[in-house]
Amino acid sequence: MRFVDEFRDADKAHALAAKIAALCEPGRQYKLMEVCGGHTHTIYKHGLEDYLPESITLVHGPGCPVCVIPMGRVDDAIHLASRPDVIMTSFGDMMRVPGSNGSFFDAKANGTDIRMVYSPLDSLKIARQNPDRQVVFMAIGFETTAPSTAVTMLRAATEGLRNFSVFCNHVTIIPAIKAILDSPDLRLDGFIGPGHVSTVIGCRPYEFIARDYGKPVVVAGFEPLDILQSIYMLMLQLSQGRSQVENQYSRVVPWDGNTVALKAIGETMELRPYFEWRGLGFISHSALKVRSAYESMDAELLFSVPGVRVADPKACQCGEVLKGVLKPWECKVFGTACTPETPIGTCMVSPEGACAAYYNYGRMHRTRVAEAARLGAS
Amino acid sequence: MCLGIPGEVVELHPEQPDLAKVNVSGVRRMINIGLLADDPPTPGEWVLIHVGFALSKIDEGEAAAAMAFLEGIGQAYEDEIAALRESLIE
Amino acid sequence: MSVDQGGRRELPVLDREQQVLDRIDRARRRTPRVREERITMSHGSGGKATQTLVEAIFLDSFRNDLLEPLEDSASLLLDGTRVAFTTDSYVVSPLFFPGGDIGDLAVNGTVNDLSVSGATPLYLSAGFILEEGFPVADLTRVVSSMRDAAARAGVSVVTGDTKVVQRGKADGCYINTAGVGLLSRSVSLGVAFARPGDAIIVSGPIGDHGVTIMLARGELDIEADVSSDTAALNGLVGSLLDEVPDVRAMRDATRGGVATILNEIARAAGVGVLVSEDDIPVREEVRGACELLGIDPMYVACEGRLVAVVPAGSADRAVATLRAHPLGAQAAVIGHVTDQQPGIVQLKTAFGGTRIVDLLVGDPLPRIC
Repeated sequence: MRFVDEFRDADKAHALAAKIAALCEPGRQYKLMEVCGGHTHTIYKHGLEDYLPESITLVHGPGCPVCVIPMGRVDDAIHLASRPDVIMTSFGDMMRVPGSNGSFFDAKANGTDIRMVYSPLDSLKIARQNPDRQVVFMAIGFETTAPSTAVTMLRAATEGLRNFSVFCNHVTIIPAIKAILDSPDLRLDGFIGPGHVSTVIGCRPYEFIARDYGKPVVVAGFEPLDILQSIYMLMLQLSQGRSQVENQYSRVVPWDGNTVALKAIGETMELRPYFEWRGLGFISHSALKVRSAYESMDAELLFSVPGVRVADPKACQCGEVLKGVLKPWECKVFGTACTPETPIGTCMVSPEGACAAYYNYGRMHRTRVAEAARLGAS
Repeated sequence: MCLGIPGEVVELHPEQPDLAKVNVSGVRRMINIGLLADDPPTPGEWVLIHVGFALSKIDEGEAAAAMAFLEGIGQAYEDEIAALRESLIE
Repeated sequence: MSVDQGGRRELPVLDREQQVLDRIDRARRRTPRVREERITMSHGSGGKATQTLVEAIFLDSFRNDLLEPLEDSASLLLDGTRVAFTTDSYVVSPLFFPGGDIGDLAVNGTVNDLSVSGATPLYLSAGFILEEGFPVADLTRVVSSMRDAAARAGVSVVTGDTKVVQRGKADGCYINTAGVGLLSRSVSLGVAFARPGDAIIVSGPIGDHGVTIMLARGELDIEADVSSDTAALNGLVGSLLDEVPDVRAMRDATRGGVATILNEIARAAGVGVLVSEDDIPVREEVRGACELLGIDPMYVACEGRLVAVVPAGSADRAVATLRAHPLGAQAAVIGHVTDQQPGIVQLKTAFGGTRIVDLLVGDPLPRIC
């Protein structure tokens, strides 16, 4: 597969690993946060941590948009879906996220009409095919996915579809990163920047991290070599005392982002004053809602939702895992009460969640490129 | 969720300018290229596909540059390993 | 500490982390219990939920020595004659797809379950549950497929049943087939016999059937040149057992995919399994479709592939024998049974790292066979 296989070459990985090891200052520990759920997934799926020296720890951040949806919003969605006139459509990732009384999956088993879609455009198709039902699209995701929802809404408007609406749970990445940076419990040295979010917002929004907080940021692709190269670039900056925003994923990410996409979002959505992030609490201006001009497609306005705030189960430590304070296996309920089959929190439910990734893929060995380190030292 | 896959544009939809057929490893699907309206892709170009939409064009030049860097690193590594081996022999 | 060829050192895992890993291990081996109050689609996916359901409810109630091994067929002794007996139900949607239809699956699937147990398949039953309103022309088409598949496999449908249910139930047509075969070879096959050092072989590229069905549903708007691999494997199995009588076990890779079988081997024999991503054959289009949808081909159903466990010394001969047969042209060794991490299946990625391949949780491809 082109643009994929080349970036999965193991020999180049060894080479990069050697370079990375060579840049580690003896005695110094490095903590690099990867924000994006897709990066967490790749790191575990390909066993990338095996390529890094012990002094580098990868910390998994809150970049999993499924993981940060509070239970109350899941309850709201199921409430919507339970209306007999509604067909709820959703990405597969949402299906098993637990609300207070079960997930979409459980609701489906109870007879609720919830259908999995690959694209929001598939929801439009269902709406066209079912003119007597109300089709609601469960919109989740960061700025990566928001433009797709936006264009779908614009299409629905052009077509004059009257039975399509969106339950908007899109969140924005920058406030989450800022919350991490301002968090007292965390000392990070650098960020592996989200790749696909950046195709939309570009690289400029991260400049405040380098400028005001002095941490280097490298926007990274999703193949194993992309991530290793990004770590190399971060370590290079650190060893040279620089803190800048760099774009490793330049084959896909334009520095200025995608203006058309941003315009589409801007036309159909606006920032909410605040939004609750599971595990992180309320963050201001961190989520999107449907603009009043498109209120006929705002499921929250068309139908009433309970809107009850549900506290996380006491045992759940997702918040700390999402902030990177705890590693999955450090959570008290990891592997016992909280497993992929019986998830308590979203870190375990989403395939991109750090806990699910760690549980499913594990880390059976820890091998290090000793020879490379020796080489680098000479 | 972050899932973005590279695909090659094979043909543009004759009637709808914001739709195009892409090929991913022999699998073909119609996707929406409306987000690339400023610089629409043409058959033969590669795009990044996410939930049925093209988010960005894949810049072949940048991809080649990325590979060149990786090749360079790989070659440097090979050279060093060779040098190491030779020095051991002596 | 050991040093492998790459010059990499193995460092000890931190104590606390190891405790947690051990805890997970124990949880994986816990006695199954069905927690849900209602059946969900996961229970039919062939993964963890199915396994739990089978063990906690069916095995628990019906418990007997013949059922216990939970192999693809049961081995019975009837008045001195060894007989294999199996059953399977087919609820695939859509009924007709590239490469075959529900009728082909119904015959081939049951023939295969008998074959991989070492039996010569002989007779099938066919029970039909038809939905009111189902076109008779479609039924005729399905039954013709069954007739042709049975002829190719050398089996006869000797008994059956028909029921009709009201419109809205049975999604057109559901079929159950049961089969009996003769266990005349003096082979004793079973995944519990797998031993460290054994080679694990797959008879061809994986995931064809599941991806075909997923695309045939038309919901994903994806076109690809894939078709179901549904086929009767008794000929392939016969030639394998002729050449390699010391085969330890064979399994028909259906729903849940190859990953499920590897886990069954690890669990039943109390051994570890290590497979290599590079060595697992997957067609380009199947790989592309799986990448596009974020699905792992290891969990995607096949309907004409077998997984065989053979002693290491016989591996080359086994692969050669399979490859000499049209249905095994791309057979390959994909890994080995080990004594490391018993009960766990590990995959060495193309990248060189290792990860666990656990049983599927959830159900990305509902009703594919």
